[in-house]
Amino acid sequence: MIVAEKKPIEEIIDTVKDCQSILVLGCNECVTVCEAGGKKEVGLLASALRMHFLQQGREVNIGERTLERQCDQEYLEEIRDIIDLYDMVVSIACGVGVQFTAEKYHAKPVVPGVNTLFMGANEARGVWSERCQGCGQCLLAVSGGICPVSRCAKRILNGPCGGSSAGKCEINKELPCGWQLIIDRLKALGRMDDYEKIIPIKDWSTERAGGPRKVVREDLKL
Amino acid sequence: MTIRTASKLEKILASGQLAVTSECGPPRGSDPEVIPRKAEAIKNHVDAINVTDNQTSMTRLCSLAACIRLKLMGLEPVLQMVTRDRNRIALQSDILGAASFDIQNILCLSGDHQSFGDCARGQNVYDIDSLQLLQTVRHMRDEGKFLGGDPIIRPPRLFVGAAENPFADPYEIRVPRLAKKIAAGAEFIQTQCIYNLDKFEDWMRQARDRGLTEQVYILAGLTPMKSVGMARYMKNRVPGMDVPDAVVKRLADTPKEKQAEEGIKICVESIQRLKEVKGVAGFHIMAIEWEEKVPEIVEQAGLYPRPDVA
Ligand code: SF4
Repeated sequence: MIVAEKKPIEEIIDTVKDCQSILVLGCNECVTVCEAGGKKEVGLLASALRMHFLQQGREVNIGERTLERQCDQEYLEEIRDIIDLYDMVVSIACGVGVQFTAEKYHAKPVVPGVNTLFMGANEARGVWSERCQGCGQCLLAVSGGICPVSRCAKRILNGPCGGSSAGKCEINKELPCGWQLIIDRLKALGRMDDYEKIIPIKDWSTERAGGPRKVVREDLKL
Repeated sequence: MTIRTASKLEKILASGQLAVTSECGPPRGSDPEVIPRKAEAIKNHVDAINVTDNQTSMTRLCSLAACIRLKLMGLEPVLQMVTRDRNRIALQSDILGAASFDIQNILCLSGDHQSFGDCARGQNVYDIDSLQLLQTVRHMRDEGKFLGGDPIIRPPRLFVGAAENPFADPYEIRVPRLAKKIAAGAEFIQTQCIYNLDKFEDWMRQARDRGLTEQVYILAGLTPMKSVGMARYMKNRVPGMDVPDAVVKRLADTPKEKQAEEGIKICVESIQRLKEVKGVAGFHIMAIEWEEKVPEIVEQAGLYPRPDVA
């Protein structure tokens, strides 16, 4: 899923301080699962904003809505009838949702209430960690199912570097060395011979380097 | 191993004599005198001088400019190049720049992560890794082509090296990794600083068993300790560094004013022991901001005078 983290309330307040009415807009997908931007967080943020304006002695109308998905035209239509009631939308969906909302309601200020971080997994209650950087050319078949692009701090395709120490990465003693994980896994698979195959220079044009990406599926187009 | 370049370092290694290299770290400023001053102090005692490339990710005067300075002094630089800061365009471009000054040696590295340095909030590049940089230099030299496939007019003729750290983890892939670097094109290896000689000798034994010492020249890396403080710092704070307790204790048991001398002694003793290890082709003495000590280490280790191969 896409993992996001709430922005500090002070930062959000600073962005919305001059508004008369604000819509806090959540999303039922990834940000709900990582507890940063779902219905519950919409309620919490709306209350915090109400409290703030109350203390300021100001009457600001704070609306709350949570859509099934903010990255989907159809669901975004659901706020068309209420959007004009607000001067600003604080979207606590991921960056995709914030932008898609802004695109849909072109003349309405839409600001983010979360920092969108990465594509990751829920390791344990309250713990999420990165697994994929969407390079567009998946290497997992040759790297024992562990991604060197997202899990090595240097994206080294032929690792580990000389800084790997007791299973940890040179940049942080808490961070597993991605290459240690790859080697452990190759061992478990009985495929250590694969370690000596050199992974060739990568074509990064399918990644961010190639500019904003797009998928067009002719078979699905209407 | 056949000679493939005009590198003096390669000639000495190919002659079977133990080579000696050292390094100069460029200054954190533009003072043109620093590199020549450091080089003057060591030039008669080493065969080639590595110039580090923004080591530990601290921004410094660039390695290529410093190498050019050494070249203009008639010395033999080893251009260290990390893949952290440059993409494949910049790497190839700098390789050509080096070749245009007839710099004959390159050391291909991934580089320390930028979080260690003064630009911890910066991006890293890592378009390619150190193994792929080895492949790139060999491709440019041997095929005479750019990565993009076009021919290079006057291809670079660099003797190509890599670093290897026998002390990083996991240990079981450290020799396979050496094999991988050789397969990628490494012709010489300069190792991480060796303090744990037993472990290094074990690594060398495994490398010999696989026939790797017949395919690559291994220069054993040594860094003299200035004090017990430095030993403790290296032991506890530098990732992938293996400093045995006995080394720390030996320095700790030495009076403070004698510790530097003891550090030199440990270094010389290590060289003497490693000279006997089959497959060790030379020594890379990294006296960090202590270059003036290199001549005495080289002399005491019986590695002076240096061969004349001009
Ligand atoms: S220690 Fe491991 S994860 Fe960290 S940069 Fe080196 S190879 Fe990558």
